[in-house]
Amino acid sequence: MATPVLDKADAAGRPEPGFADSPYITVTFRVRRFNPEVSAEATWEDFQLEIDPKERVLDGLHKIKWDVDGTLTFRRSCAHGICGSDAMRINGKNRLACKTLIKDINPEKPITIEPIKGLTVLKDLVVDMEPFFQAYRDVMPFLVTKDTNEPTRERLQSPEDRERFDDTTKCILCAACTSSCPVFWNDGQYFGPAAIVNAHRFIFDSRDEAGEQRLEILNDRDGVWRCRTTFNCTDACPRGIEVTKAIQEVKRALITRRY
Amino acid sequence: MSTTETTASGVGPVEGAPVYTVDNPAPLIEAPRKRTKKTPRSTRGNFELAAWLFMRLSGIVLVVLVIGHLLIQLVLDGGVSKIGFAFVAGRWASPFWQVWDLLMLWLAMLHGANGLRTVINDYAERPNTRLWLKGLLYTATVFTILLGTLVIFTFDPNIR
Ligand code: HEM
Ligand code: SF4
Ligand code: FES
Repeated sequence: MATPVLDKADAAGRPEPGFADSPYITVTFRVRRFNPEVSAEATWEDFQLEIDPKERVLDGLHKIKWDVDGTLTFRRSCAHGICGSDAMRINGKNRLACKTLIKDINPEKPITIEPIKGLTVLKDLVVDMEPFFQAYRDVMPFLVTKDTNEPTRERLQSPEDRERFDDTTKCILCAACTSSCPVFWNDGQYFGPAAIVNAHRFIFDSRDEAGEQRLEILNDRDGVWRCRTTFNCTDACPRGIEVTKAIQEVKRALITRRY
Repeated sequence: MSTTETTASGVGPVEGAPVYTVDNPAPLIEAPRKRTKKTPRSTRGNFELAAWLFMRLSGIVLVVLVIGHLLIQLVLDGGVSKIGFAFVAGRWASPFWQVWDLLMLWLAMLHGANGLRTVINDYAERPNTRLWLKGLLYTATVFTILLGTLVIFTFDPNIR
């Protein structure tokens, strides 16, 4: 049995006192649909939903997939902003569907939902993430040390040294930044913000010893120098990472060779 | 430990028989962002670094040169109406203005050309388009720089 309070509200068949109307509103989800087995063209499809505006865009997508059209395809895993699966272009801006409340994105107008740009769309909102992850792998996102022996004690680090790269440890590899970058849209060979963020995380880690190597990788024609400082990445990052700043710090480290 | 653990694949027996076995291995996943003959080779050296620094340094110098140039040519001393052959001849009689204009020519041209080079890199998608646009750009740049330099050094105020 539910609590008496809920019981009462249920029994009455109307919202709790103090809530004059139903919290539900009608919103339109305008979703970019693409199915290569049906058509080579992507099209917009509108879905009308009754939804509490305090719910998230992901909840709306779930409603569609579970109750209206099971063929709608999108990625999500954790549903709580930590796995980085559900970055998509919502009302023209890259966000995580699971961290975007409907009330925050003007539900009066249709909410447009598209796959992130610059990566090949496989179906509906699902893109091929491999080029993104290849760029990530290319910057060696793991600790490298010169001693080849198993460490016998912890690699200690002062709080200040840890603070140096704290911001870039927060990345969840959602690709919101890289797929918001106009340079990446036009040339997928550019490493992209996310790879640079994850290089930054190790370049400025006092325990790591391959900073020089990573800097050399990013000194490439398709490395940090292609950044045009548009700040799209910083705006897009759902973790609030100062992405453009991290890129600038890598540029500065390359010029001064101090990191 | 169970003795029936013979699945060699990552696909467990959860939904019946494993899909892949030793004899029927999973398809190889191609390396993404794969290096093909068409992939631009990774570059060594600091050219992009130098070009990036040059844009900023030349920009700072250009602020002084260009604003000074605009003031002298268009604002001070009666504005544009004063400009004529005599005005140019008078200015270039001084080595100071010769060096000023020469520096402005070289910096603006190299700065502008390098700026357009990045624009081409950003927007031209096909390697061939890039090649032609850059060829055109470099030709025009070299031509303009050489012609301008020639004029500044060989300018003859007594020409008839
Ligand atoms: C007045 C002083 C100037 C300053 C301070 C300046 C500064 C800069 C800087 C810092 C950039 C690099 C932008 C980036 O990497 O994202 C740039 C780009 C550029 N500049 Fe200048 N510049 C000046 C004058 C000029 C002049 C006279 C020209 C033309 C001859 C010019 C043409 C360009 C072009 C075509 C670009 C590339 C645009 C882009 O990357 O989006 N600039 N400028
Ligand atoms: S830096 Fe931010 S936007 Fe970019 S991949 Fe990481 S979490 Fe996503
Ligand atoms: S579903 Fe995991 S980040 Fe949104």
